[in-house]
Amino acid sequence: MKNLRTRKRIATVALNGLIAFLAILWLVPVFWLIVSSFRAEQGAYTSYLWPKGFTFDNYIRLFTDRKLFDFPRWFGNTMLVAGCSCVITTILTLMVAYVYSRLRFPSRKFLMNASLVLGMFPGFMSIIAIYHFMKAVNLDQTLLALILVYSGGAALNYYIAKGYFDTIPKSLDEAAILDGASNNTIFWKIILPNAKPVIATTAINAFINPIVDYIFVSVIMKDNYNNFTVAKGLYTMVDKTNIYEYYTVFCAGAVIVAIPVVLLFIRMQKYYVAGVVGGSVKG
Amino acid sequence: MGGNSKHNVLICAAAKGSFWTRLSFVIMGTGCIRYKQYVRGLLYLLIQIVFFFFFKNFALHNLSKFHTLGTQTQIKVWNEELQIFQRFPGDNSMLILLYSVLSLAAVVVFLYIWYANIRDSWYAQESERQGRKINSFRDDLRSLTHERFHITLLSMPMLTLVLFTLLPIIFMILIAFTNFDADHQPPGNLFTWVGMTNVTDIFLGNEIKTNTFFGLLGWTIVWAILATFTNYILGMLLAVAINSKLVKLKQIWRTCFIIAIAIPQFVSLLLISRALEPAGAINVLLQKLGLISSPLPFLLDPTLARIVVVVVNLWIGIPYTMMTFSGVLMNIPAELYESAEMDGAGPIRRFISITLPYMIFVTAPATITTFVTNFNNFNVIYLLTAGGPFSLDYYQAGKTDLLVTWLYKLTVNRNDYSLASTIGIFIFLLVGGCSLLVYNRTGAVKKEDQFQ
Repeated sequence: MKNLRTRKRIATVALNGLIAFLAILWLVPVFWLIVSSFRAEQGAYTSYLWPKGFTFDNYIRLFTDRKLFDFPRWFGNTMLVAGCSCVITTILTLMVAYVYSRLRFPSRKFLMNASLVLGMFPGFMSIIAIYHFMKAVNLDQTLLALILVYSGGAALNYYIAKGYFDTIPKSLDEAAILDGASNNTIFWKIILPNAKPVIATTAINAFINPIVDYIFVSVIMKDNYNNFTVAKGLYTMVDKTNIYEYYTVFCAGAVIVAIPVVLLFIRMQKYYVAGVVGGSVKG
Repeated sequence: MGGNSKHNVLICAAAKGSFWTRLSFVIMGTGCIRYKQYVRGLLYLLIQIVFFFFFKNFALHNLSKFHTLGTQTQIKVWNEELQIFQRFPGDNSMLILLYSVLSLAAVVVFLYIWYANIRDSWYAQESERQGRKINSFRDDLRSLTHERFHITLLSMPMLTLVLFTLLPIIFMILIAFTNFDADHQPPGNLFTWVGMTNVTDIFLGNEIKTNTFFGLLGWTIVWAILATFTNYILGMLLAVAINSKLVKLKQIWRTCFIIAIAIPQFVSLLLISRALEPAGAINVLLQKLGLISSPLPFLLDPTLARIVVVVVNLWIGIPYTMMTFSGVLMNIPAELYESAEMDGAGPIRRFISITLPYMIFVTAPATITTFVTNFNNFNVIYLLTAGGPFSLDYYQAGKTDLLVTWLYKLTVNRNDYSLASTIGIFIFLLVGGCSLLVYNRTGAVKKEDQFQ
């Protein structure tokens, strides 16, 4: 009996220790980022690990030294693009998800299969075509083009929301129909109020996506410096010519961008599982 | 079935339709107006007029050049009087192709509306003959909030889908059959149809491109398998470990891992890639600890770089798998364990015969998605190694490049659109083919309709 208890204690210590070790390992880059953002000495590479001095200057420079890198402007651009595409994407996604989840009509299966197939093309391919199209109508390198690019795929990413709608009992709809409600009323008055978690998830996802994306913005904006988002802008700080002087400023900018993203991400992760494994998590 | 019934409506309307229904074949909306669906009829008429002008002034012009993609390049002529070069705009292959695709899409939509106009007129005629009520425009509008609510809700999403996904993909597929590359940039130089040249280049003709394609394809597949399964197994173990009864503060540990992946990847991967450079923090640390005497070329040596991307991908991927499995673990019905315990099964036995099969079963479809995502995992490769180390055996690619990052480089750095599109189509065929095959075998997808 005593032997068993000792073994259990050893197992507890070992397991907790292992998990703590791994958690620390995972947080090292985060910690490194924060430390670097307060580092007083410039440069990307130092021959020592712990900074020799700490300062707030990097954060101050980020907002005041706007000649070469206009972070406040990029931040504004990002919020505008993320906000607009969040609203558009959320509305479109919820509409599509509701239709596929609740309504039955002849072309339903075809549309769902077509969406599945279209989603398998590398998204990047269509971006190139969109760039040329925007150029033809003189909208290339604009924030509007960027908003359209980020919200254009909304009709393909309905799976999470549909999975959630599927779990709202159909008896609610049926009762409402008996009371003379139309599908329109059901959508607004029954489904949406019952789907707040998934609305939040969809919106958060759609809001984060433009903030963290680097590829699409590079293709659409090319070198239009004034319309960069933070991802593209911060990246220019660490190219070969600027990295020595601006590396620590980059870290400061990254911290500022990361804080809201991390908070939103943590808020959202509760529903992540439902999205990945969908309806199969029913037990 | 759809095509057949459409056919029948057209034949019936042509054979048995009234004068007005038949007139609808030529002048849209006349039939509807005759059967008192005034607004509907006028809308059809308006659409026909608009389409007529669109076709005459825009579509015809572009479609007539579609087979050559333009012949007249932009020309510069020296103007003696003004002493300057004057530019005369010529054709622009890119715009011709783009507008032709748009025009063809418009023609398809128009043909459908044309068909709908005849159908409506025919149905209205039949309803009148049988003495049934013909829907007024107000009835039509009301049906959009109930019987045909899907049309109301889907119209906007479908419009964006067609404009921003479907048409661009068709456009890029067409580009794969042209020679749109760095040497053929309109309006200075036009590009034209070259048939299957890009495909044969990749598979037979051009040695260096063949080499690159198959080299990268091999690595992409190895990478996708390694990335998916290492994350799957280790993420599962981590989730099980955290979920163990012996571990306190479960939610705090999970949050630690989640914070790590919530940091935007363009930040975290950039930091890691800088830390891995010869003068970077990891080499400094290893040297301080006395483990190595000179810096290790983490990102410069092909084999080492490939190992590094797989390992760093664990850092990105494990928290995601951990999140999934944590959720799944909480959802395993407790009855299963209770009955197993009654049968005298120990913890290890319970894990092997209940937990493991359950987790694998539930996450099977998601694993396919993960595989596809890894196949096209742009961020980890591009932001970490940028595909490097660069290789002379490859055409514009490095040793850790995936097909998708090669595609990116070809377009953004080299303007080699036609080759990039061809690769894009192959990625699609590979990924799409495999996953459709597997999707159709999983029961969850098949029974999607019945589930609820």
